[in-house]
Amino acid sequence: MSGLSSLMGQLSILAAESDSPVPFPDIADIVIWPAAFGEGQWYEFNKIGLISIISFVVPALLFFLAGRNAKLVPSGFQNLMETGVDFVEKQIIEPAIGRDGMRYLPMLISMMFFIWVGNLFEILPTANMPSNARMANPLILALVALVMFVGVGLKHHGLGYIKEVLFPPGVPKLLYILVTPIELLSTFLIRPFSLAVRLFANLLAGHILLVTFAVLTIATFSLTPLIAVSALTFPLLIAFFLFEFMVAFLQAFIFALLTAVYIGSSLHPAH
Amino acid sequence: MSALPTALQIVAQQFPEGTTAAEAQDIAAATNAAFAYGLAAIGPAIGIGYLVGQSVQAMARQPEAAGQVQTTMFLGIAFTEALALIGFVVFILLKFV
Repeated sequence: MSGLSSLMGQLSILAAESDSPVPFPDIADIVIWPAAFGEGQWYEFNKIGLISIISFVVPALLFFLAGRNAKLVPSGFQNLMETGVDFVEKQIIEPAIGRDGMRYLPMLISMMFFIWVGNLFEILPTANMPSNARMANPLILALVALVMFVGVGLKHHGLGYIKEVLFPPGVPKLLYILVTPIELLSTFLIRPFSLAVRLFANLLAGHILLVTFAVLTIATFSLTPLIAVSALTFPLLIAFFLFEFMVAFLQAFIFALLTAVYIGSSLHPAH
Repeated sequence: MSALPTALQIVAQQFPEGTTAAEAQDIAAATNAAFAYGLAAIGPAIGIGYLVGQSVQAMARQPEAAGQVQTTMFLGIAFTEALALIGFVVFILLKFV
């Protein structure tokens, strides 16, 4: 064990001192962007803000254009956008809430498309940064989800919703000492926290993965004795790009699905 | 009592000669971070493997229920994966903060 640790220590010192042609960038360099204007003010604007605005405007514009002169029998562009609506309806709302969940479709679809387009910037060349890899975006979205499912519960069941959550029926009276704090924590704290952290950590991990393989490819390519290795790292980099393309969609889908499940659980509490 | 090395001295012996305290702390943080993520990934890895395997079995037995099984599978993956991701966040916190 001591040999292992000392080897690790020596390796990391060596890595810190070696003058590799392409050093691994500092974490601050790959996730924190300088302000374009208004540094330190409330209106500070940087790359993340720009990506967030684009990922809000682009789906809104697409849906607006598709629905401007909507026909009963859709064709072409309208058909394409209706596939997205249909997906949310069939894959998210029906299994998670049921038919009476259709009124939450606008919220879920805008949530999903905002996250998806924001995520796609991770693999878009020249942008290469998902807006959801900073905690602010997922956190706000998770707070929206929290307000939404608590609001739905309060609207449909009044204060009975809180009672239903904290004191689930069918539990022996004595066990409430144990169950109530757990339920309180898991519903109002861990649910939004895990929603936010899931999205944030997935995207940050993907971003760091891509940076790692890009740096590795350049570094091995510029070191002539190791050039053969770059034949291995470069295809892997492309493979991870495709993988992240899938992750971008999957995380948007899962975020919307979980929000729908939480809304469904406050609409129809445990039977 | 003084004859026994303290925990700090044992840790200090692990590092090569001439390591400063700040460097030692960085190395310890990096090592711990790697272990933290590695340990956090074990459970979810087994869980997701088992979950997806069972889902594939269910889908093969009843292909007409594939859509429903798939949605439930993604839900399960999302819940299981959260633990690994919290491990990743701990890794980031230990390594960089």
